Amino acid sequence: MPKYVLRRVLIAIPVLLGISVVLFSVLALAPGDPFEELATNANVPPEVAQRLRAQFGLDDPLPLRYVRWLTSMVRGDWGFSFQSRMNVEELILQRLPVSLFVLGSAYVLALCVALPIGILSAVRPYSLFDQIATTVAFFGFSLPTFFTGLMFILVFSIWLDWLPFIYRSDIDATGWRWIVAHAKQAIMPVAVLGLFEGATLTRFVRASVLEVVRLDYVNTARAKGVSERWVIGKHVVRNALIPVVTIIALQVPTIFAGAVVTEQIFRVPGIGSLLIAAILASDTPVVMAITFVYSVLVVAFNLIADVIYGWLDPRISFS
Amino acid sequence: MDEDRIRELIDDVKGGRLSRRSFIETMVGLGLTAPLATQMLTTVGVAHAQTRPSPGLNPTKRGGGGRLRLLWWQAPTLLNGHFATGTKDQDAARPVYEPLCAFDPDGNFVPILAGEAPTLQNGGLTKDGKTVTWRLKKGVQWHDGKPFTADDVIFTWEWVADPATSSLNITAYQDIDRIDRVDDHTAKVTFKEPRAFWYDAFFGVRGYILPKHLFKDYRGNNARNAPQNLKPIGTGPYKIVDFKPGDSARFEINPSYHVPNRPFFDQVELKGGGDATSAARAVLQTGEFDFAWNMQVEWDVLKRLAEGGKGIISQSTTGNIEHIQVNQTDPWTEVEGERSSIKTKHPLFQDVAFRQAIALLVDRATVAEELYGPGGQATGNFLNAPDKFRSKNTKWEFSIDKANKLLDEAGYKRGSDGFRLGKDGKRIKLVFQTSTNSLRQKNQAIIKQACAKAGLDMELKSVVASVFFSSDPANPDTYSHFYADLQMFNTTMVSPDPQFFMNQFLSGQAAQKSNKWGFRNPTRYRNPEYDKLWSAAEAEFDPVKRAAMFVRMNDIVVNDVVVVPENWRRRSTAVSKQLHGMDLSGWDSDLWHLAYWYREA
Repeated sequence: MPKYVLRRVLIAIPVLLGISVVLFSVLALAPGDPFEELATNANVPPEVAQRLRAQFGLDDPLPLRYVRWLTSMVRGDWGFSFQSRMNVEELILQRLPVSLFVLGSAYVLALCVALPIGILSAVRPYSLFDQIATTVAFFGFSLPTFFTGLMFILVFSIWLDWLPFIYRSDIDATGWRWIVAHAKQAIMPVAVLGLFEGATLTRFVRASVLEVVRLDYVNTARAKGVSERWVIGKHVVRNALIPVVTIIALQVPTIFAGAVVTEQIFRVPGIGSLLIAAILASDTPVVMAITFVYSVLVVAFNLIADVIYGWLDPRISFS
Repeated sequence: MDEDRIRELIDDVKGGRLSRRSFIETMVGLGLTAPLATQMLTTVGVAHAQTRPSPGLNPTKRGGGGRLRLLWWQAPTLLNGHFATGTKDQDAARPVYEPLCAFDPDGNFVPILAGEAPTLQNGGLTKDGKTVTWRLKKGVQWHDGKPFTADDVIFTWEWVADPATSSLNITAYQDIDRIDRVDDHTAKVTFKEPRAFWYDAFFGVRGYILPKHLFKDYRGNNARNAPQNLKPIGTGPYKIVDFKPGDSARFEINPSYHVPNRPFFDQVELKGGGDATSAARAVLQTGEFDFAWNMQVEWDVLKRLAEGGKGIISQSTTGNIEHIQVNQTDPWTEVEGERSSIKTKHPLFQDVAFRQAIALLVDRATVAEELYGPGGQATGNFLNAPDKFRSKNTKWEFSIDKANKLLDEAGYKRGSDGFRLGKDGKRIKLVFQTSTNSLRQKNQAIIKQACAKAGLDMELKSVVASVFFSSDPANPDTYSHFYADLQMFNTTMVSPDPQFFMNQFLSGQAAQKSNKWGFRNPTRYRNPEYDKLWSAAEAEFDPVKRAAMFVRMNDIVVNDVVVVPENWRRRSTAVSKQLHGMDLSGWDSDLWHLAYWYREA
């Protein structure tokens, strides 16, 4: 097992290098310019724009820029944002808590919805409950978050006037009122993301339980006279959830930057909105840092998922 | 002008219907001296326009207004106005930093950190146009308690004018030869050359004064590292509490602000990000925010949102102009590695009749009515504001018949399919480019339709804004390459003086390969008469004569159809119905008057 993990980590290095080369070249070759606003401003002489380009190293050849980025990244220097002239890691750390809070809550909500509904509808397949659950889940993952997000705003903010639709990172209240205000503004983004993820996960849980529930050993358990609750809890769900755990582990990196659209709609100042703003402003160091961290997380959690799978299911061997 | 008329004008000034400045300029235009004109006003009791009458509320104490919520749909990314890449950054820095003078909605000077605006009368300006003496307000403190003095003014100039700093405001400061410190609160600015447009440095969004004691260790290349770029310490009505780049900024009241009993609000929150339409919604429909900046939303949508009843849409005058540029060079022939080379002439547009036909085919009335609504106005002028610079000599019309007649007479015959042929017998096809934006694409379609009726075939091209407006020399689709026959975009007029605004038709500014397409004139129009006028205006101190020069420049480019001006844009903002005192100015930041904003219960 340690040998297996070591081998995977060693393989990950060239993979990440490759990813960074691709990311860097795509960003460098993409049209756009961090100084777009300057171009139409009559008061800014072209020399200033050209000097800034040179100062930010945009005029150097691509391979040189890549090597410079890589060496400073290895030394722990992530560069600075062209827009705010702030160090990239500070910028990301500033956004991280909000992202973790909103996306983390959304995933908890998704699990709370998906596990009971998925299991119940698989235990009684094609019952009325199952029919309704599958239909709702089908709608849930068919509707994109930008649509449900706007619908939520229309209903809960504009028609009913219950919830604010602009997420504010500092709230002018203290104590429990601060908590209530934070909870209120988080309801819509969390619900939109959580229900979308929950719908996908419900179908997955259902399929997985359905597969196990028909197996011979479950019938054997029933034949032995074990109670239904025990059969489902001990024999079915435990085995059915092995692939589900893997799926969840693979989804964890998206908590880091997976909610670009939802964050944009509700103005949640998370990493997703930082990424999209940086892309629109051609703020290469920020885009590079976020996408690279994201790819590191994806590679890492792939490995973790594999290891967990082997640990949960003794039939898998790593040799 | 007889005596009665002059008395009428004086009454207008008294009643506030005519600005003091324009009265004085009219009088000067009649041959009177400016001091005499001022004298005429003083005798009837019109005070020297040095401080603006504060409208509405006259509070007896500072603060007590609670929290003001501002929404900018672009998020500020740094809080140093001299590094600002857009109005969002200039605005977010304004509660903290202040200039010596601000610009009111008519482009008049309002002293902020100056004790009074320099004039010839008060000895602040000299006749040779080379020096400006600033008398600074006394008793002003930086937020950290240090006194504000002439040293800060001198330092701000040195800091911004240093090319290594790469400040975007360098043009305002680099022509200053030296600044002498007369005493703690007097600074004498000397320009290298006589300068008519002296009210650039230390004014408005380009004039934020930096504290010397905090920035002196962060000069040149090191300027980027100044912690005050993100956590500014200024003299303004609000202090920074917290700033998250790309998201929001929070300010609290400055208890020792230099204007008594101001400001009204205790805290200010500026949230950024999202899109213009939902920002309008948050003010007009749900009332979550008090003020939303720059409502670039189709008029129809905005009107419907305003029915929400929580707020109104306020318009302020700008000099911004949506216009169509006519390429003077040939975009389809490559000469020495570049298209649209100044060595070529446009095969069709070198014929003035053809250019005039194009101008006749732009249906400005429909565009104004259907696309921009009250957010703009159809115009025949490129230079529209301030009032004194707007030409009254131009007219515009939309007439397909007249365009057809012009083209027929000029010998552009129609081919078998009804479309016209060029002199070489080939079918004419014009390429018309602009940035991707739903209003602009609708606008393009309106023009294409009219051109088709006149037998001109047109291909429409739209380029993503981040490419179209980029300064990337390697990308042929930018507006400054202008590899098309016609192009349309909005040019913003940043200051109430047209000197820089009008440099985009100078021969020396032609954008081409040798300057990496970084220069300001994409039409590559070259006219020695225009160049001469522009240089003369730079050194002309008689405001009436100078205004006449700019009117003439406008008439040249409009009559020569180098541009077809289309829509004179206004700046729309969404404002809560309870919020007052904003006095929004198109020449300065939306927050220039923030200390005077108040909310009615």
